[in-house]
Amino acid sequence: MLRNKYWRIFATFVEKLYVIMLFITSCLQTFGEYALFMRKVLTKPDKWKESLKRYVAEISKLGIDSIPLVIVISLFIGAVCAIQMQINFANPLLPSYTVGLATRDILLLEFSSSILCLILAGKVGSNIASEIGTMRVTEQIDALEIMGINSCNFLVLPKIMALLTFIPVLTIFSMCAGLIGGYFVALMGIIPVSQYIYGIQSYFVEWYVWYAIIKSLFFSVVITSVASFYGYYVKGGALEVGKASTNSVVASSVLILLMDVLLTNLLLQ
Amino acid sequence: MIEVKDLRKSFEDKTVLYDINATFYEGKTNLIIGQSGSGKTVLMKSIIGLITPEEGQVLYDGRDFLSMGIAQKKSLRTELGMLFQGSALFDNETVLGNVMFPLKMFSNMTYAEMKDRAEFCLERVNLQGADYKYPAEISGGMQKRVAIARAIALNPKYLFCDEPNSGLDPKTSILIDELLWDITHEYNITTIINTHDMNSVLGIGENIVFINKGRNEWVGNKDDIFHSDNEALNNFVFATDLFKRIKQAALLMGK
Repeated sequence: MLRNKYWRIFATFVEKLYVIMLFITSCLQTFGEYALFMRKVLTKPDKWKESLKRYVAEISKLGIDSIPLVIVISLFIGAVCAIQMQINFANPLLPSYTVGLATRDILLLEFSSSILCLILAGKVGSNIASEIGTMRVTEQIDALEIMGINSCNFLVLPKIMALLTFIPVLTIFSMCAGLIGGYFVALMGIIPVSQYIYGIQSYFVEWYVWYAIIKSLFFSVVITSVASFYGYYVKGGALEVGKASTNSVVASSVLILLMDVLLTNLLLQ
Repeated sequence: MIEVKDLRKSFEDKTVLYDINATFYEGKTNLIIGQSGSGKTVLMKSIIGLITPEEGQVLYDGRDFLSMGIAQKKSLRTELGMLFQGSALFDNETVLGNVMFPLKMFSNMTYAEMKDRAEFCLERVNLQGADYKYPAEISGGMQKRVAIARAIALNPKYLFCDEPNSGLDPKTSILIDELLWDITHEYNITTIINTHDMNSVLGIGENIVFINKGRNEWVGNKDDIFHSDNEALNNFVFATDLFKRIKQAALLMGK
């Protein structure tokens, strides 16, 4: 009886270990494929002029088209933050300008870089994965390869460069919109306006802005490259394009969160 | 001329092509025919380098494609044109933009010269007045013609067509076949067409390679087909009553 019980525990352990090993192997394989993909992406373009044109078009599509979404979300989150701070800091021992200060630091330190990039991973990432995935299943990528064009470089590098150069703009827009959102709350009479303005100016650390921008630069590369990777290796039809789009959002979100921990530890220590 | 020698390709443990030997001639419409799943698409993709075979040679006028370096392959690819089954036009480019695309990437022409060349190619495939339309705004037959125009924009020496008639009505199919035949002879191109359309086989088949279960089963032309005693070929080509009657009529007429 006892021997059987130990045997069952051992068998379950081996089974779990096998599943974990399979998962690790699969992760390593995917990482290897991603590294090889990036090696193809990060090469000299076949024709600089055409790549530059695509880069400008991608700035418009991935960057400028995201501005309305970034502003709307940041405006509301800024407002909600200010209200939450007002409720939670309702203590006579804390000065009332703390609401503005805390709202500003939340926006600068976390929202305008990490959370914004998680949102962009959904909007921009799914767009990229479905665009490249559709090109794959409709043989447009094969057509580029037949012509002798490095399709990875031609399609993906302009996207990476476009978001990399435009993400600081989106981050700054998000910070400003968030603070304006808090200001609207102050105008509604929930917080004294003068105290809110004083709060957002108090104890300002310039490095926090750079910290947010540096983080968002890393995240932008994750968003574009991971989405492109999932789109590029789609096999099958429309259903697989949809799956690739979802998988790319999940993978880039997890990577952004992992990288957030690492970068926060590195940059704010 | 393209020569394929002892080409072998497997996917995991399943062999798809068994030692294929075939010659595709310059200035002729060369057809690869066979049932679905016979390996003809794998053969074409192996010839153009989208799939790497395990063994064998692919010689483009004596130049072994499979042993070439990246730079040589890139250079050779500018001599290739390809018409895909689904046309594979770039969705975000207009008809004119699609035809100009290879010129932008591989020529040093000015914009005006590229536009002239693209318009000439579109005129050659009898497609006018659709220059500024997007692929989604034109019919399947028109898309095929745009794809042909794009394929010939750089004056290719070799033209590959993967099932050019799929999804087209019989009349448009004949127009596409005639267009491919005309272009092949006008520009002396080595054209390889992958098809299972019997109208194409009997209409423009100047050199036909029949692939059956991954093996090169028969080689001949559209006239030889009527006299062939290859059972697999006869079962494939003359599968319908209509084509059986055509064969009987052709034999009675002594063709």
